[in-house]
Amino acid sequence: MTTVAPDSNRATQDGAQHGAERSSTSRLTGQSRALRSGPGRGKALRSATRGRPRLFTSYDQDSALLNTSAKRWWTLAAISIFLVLPFWLTRDLSHLLSVAMVMAIAGVGLNLLTGYAGQISLGHPFFMALGAYTGAVVAGVPGSIVIGWEFDLSIALVLAAVIPGLVGLVVAPLATRVRGLYLAVLTLGLLMLGEQLFKQWASVTGGSGVGRAGAVPVLFGNDLERTYAVGPLLIAPHVSLYLLCLTLLVVLAVAARNLARSRTGRAFAAVRDRDIAAEVMGVNLLRTKTLAFVLSSAYAGVAGCLFAILIGRVAPEQWNILMAINLLAIVVIGGVATISGTLIGAAFVVLLPRILEWLAPWLPFVSTGSGGLITVFQLESILFGALIVLFLILEPRGLFGLWHRVRTYFATWPFSY
Amino acid sequence: MTTPLLTAEGIALRFGGNVALDDVSFDVRPGELFAIIGPNGAGKTSTFNCISGVYRPQSGDITFRGASLLGQRPDRIAAQGIARTFQNIELFDNLSVLENLLLGRHHLMRAPWWQAMAWQPGTRREERAARLEIEHLIEFLDLTSVRRHPVGILPYGIKKRIELGRALAMQPELLLLDEPVAGMNAEETEDMARFILDIRTELGLAMVMVEHDMRLVMDLADRVMVIDFGRRIALGTPQEVQRDPAVIAAYLGGATDEVLESAHQEQR
Repeated sequence: MTTVAPDSNRATQDGAQHGAERSSTSRLTGQSRALRSGPGRGKALRSATRGRPRLFTSYDQDSALLNTSAKRWWTLAAISIFLVLPFWLTRDLSHLLSVAMVMAIAGVGLNLLTGYAGQISLGHPFFMALGAYTGAVVAGVPGSIVIGWEFDLSIALVLAAVIPGLVGLVVAPLATRVRGLYLAVLTLGLLMLGEQLFKQWASVTGGSGVGRAGAVPVLFGNDLERTYAVGPLLIAPHVSLYLLCLTLLVVLAVAARNLARSRTGRAFAAVRDRDIAAEVMGVNLLRTKTLAFVLSSAYAGVAGCLFAILIGRVAPEQWNILMAINLLAIVVIGGVATISGTLIGAAFVVLLPRILEWLAPWLPFVSTGSGGLITVFQLESILFGALIVLFLILEPRGLFGLWHRVRTYFATWPFSY
Repeated sequence: MTTPLLTAEGIALRFGGNVALDDVSFDVRPGELFAIIGPNGAGKTSTFNCISGVYRPQSGDITFRGASLLGQRPDRIAAQGIARTFQNIELFDNLSVLENLLLGRHHLMRAPWWQAMAWQPGTRREERAARLEIEHLIEFLDLTSVRRHPVGILPYGIKKRIELGRALAMQPELLLLDEPVAGMNAEETEDMARFILDIRTELGLAMVMVEHDMRLVMDLADRVMVIDFGRRIALGTPQEVQRDPAVIAAYLGGATDEVLESAHQEQR
């Protein structure tokens, strides 16, 4: 029997050597590693790359977020426009844009979970509420009933991500065991449970029908409710809140986009498309689904905290199914599994009611007050419903899909394919 | 004698009263191409599912490099170096060919999510290295022209190749091929056979292949196991198996018991 041990030992050693020898797939094509990715590779003459936006000369270039110069310029232009806008717009409109950006943060989070990882959730307002109340308790002022610790907003924002994330971690094991419609119902249950909890827990939420103010925006010691002068610029409170939302949105959206193109993002999509195959390919199902749930909850938490600050006062009834549907509409109308689509979707969903209000005087059958066939609000819900249905049927990739079509049409013009 | 890479000992799998596998034993040696054949519903794919951890056999044991695989999750088994393809293509339809192949390297990559969110240098380096490995596979399998296409819109034959690529991207030590040429025409079959031969000679991978195309099996395989109604009825070189009366009976029909009996008498 003793002779067996060294024998098997040698065999495993052989196996290991064998493994190291064939550790590279390069044997299949016979090309050397140095040929294709040595230092300094991927440099090409400008004259060779000019006018060929899709000519990539290195893998880094190819996998970059903004991989064509057109994308780089447009992103730069969009960011500069959005930086200038609040100084320009009325207080009311820049406030509305801030709300759109906050909804976009929540939408990006939901898209990670629903669009990328394929788990439909109606419970997102619950996590937004958790974030809002965490922020309000940590950075809010104490009242006659409610508690508030008056810490800095930076701490509140971090905790508004961490606490919903942790609650998400507790709920996730339940949620990862069901899928599709069942998960939607389960998360709906979570939403209802949350509503009851928030109504009862008056010391945190202010109680049913009363509500409480959100966090006080004191960021790194600077009170954002005061007006600051930076050079010739006057930064009013609504402008600084707008800029805070914009910064967080850009950071969080880029982070989500990075995640989506990484190993983790691929695992999300694999689990969404075929979970059994994903598992056989080495993806840990439970871990991947849980991570999607937790990250998504954390995004919702940050959004909730900002939302409460913007709105000023939040009541427990606010985090209801209507909000859940609005969030799903952002994802569906914007485009499932696209981050930039979510941004467009959020702008669309938040701004549509306002645009309808503007249009109402010119629409004969719509009234702003009493009388008339339907009110603006009714028209709004009808349009929402119709749009969700239309997008699901005609363009499942949402507004982003529409944009993609337009882009390919002009890219290949005058040929049809 | 070399130590077998994979050993299955008396595995039995039942779904209620339905016996899918009954006392099946075999071993796969390093670098060997081992084929499993049998009529429809014989338990070939069930054997694969037991190895890759999708099903859990009620009794028996499966060991890979000396360690038992039983009771382990599929993703743990995959990480130990067992890759497989599926009979009915199980690709991720909405991902591009590149992403599908990159996903095969999931267990070889380490960058955690918080680093990926900031796209730190470590993540970037790892993605680039993975891409380089994948590009070799894309070139080898002749997928260059479709590498950016979503897999869902590609034709069947190419999908089969992508599945092979995804399994190879896992850099396995044992490759399980479930009907690699099912539904393919003669030319595509020949291509696939060439890929399999190339993989054998260049990478020295051990392979287990389930296949109905007898010519392919008899040409390529080192050893063949025949199962019928969940039981192993023959195991040996292609020549031995082709002459085995039990196999002939299973494939051509006939009075099985009589044939078996006469076969046993002959052996005595």
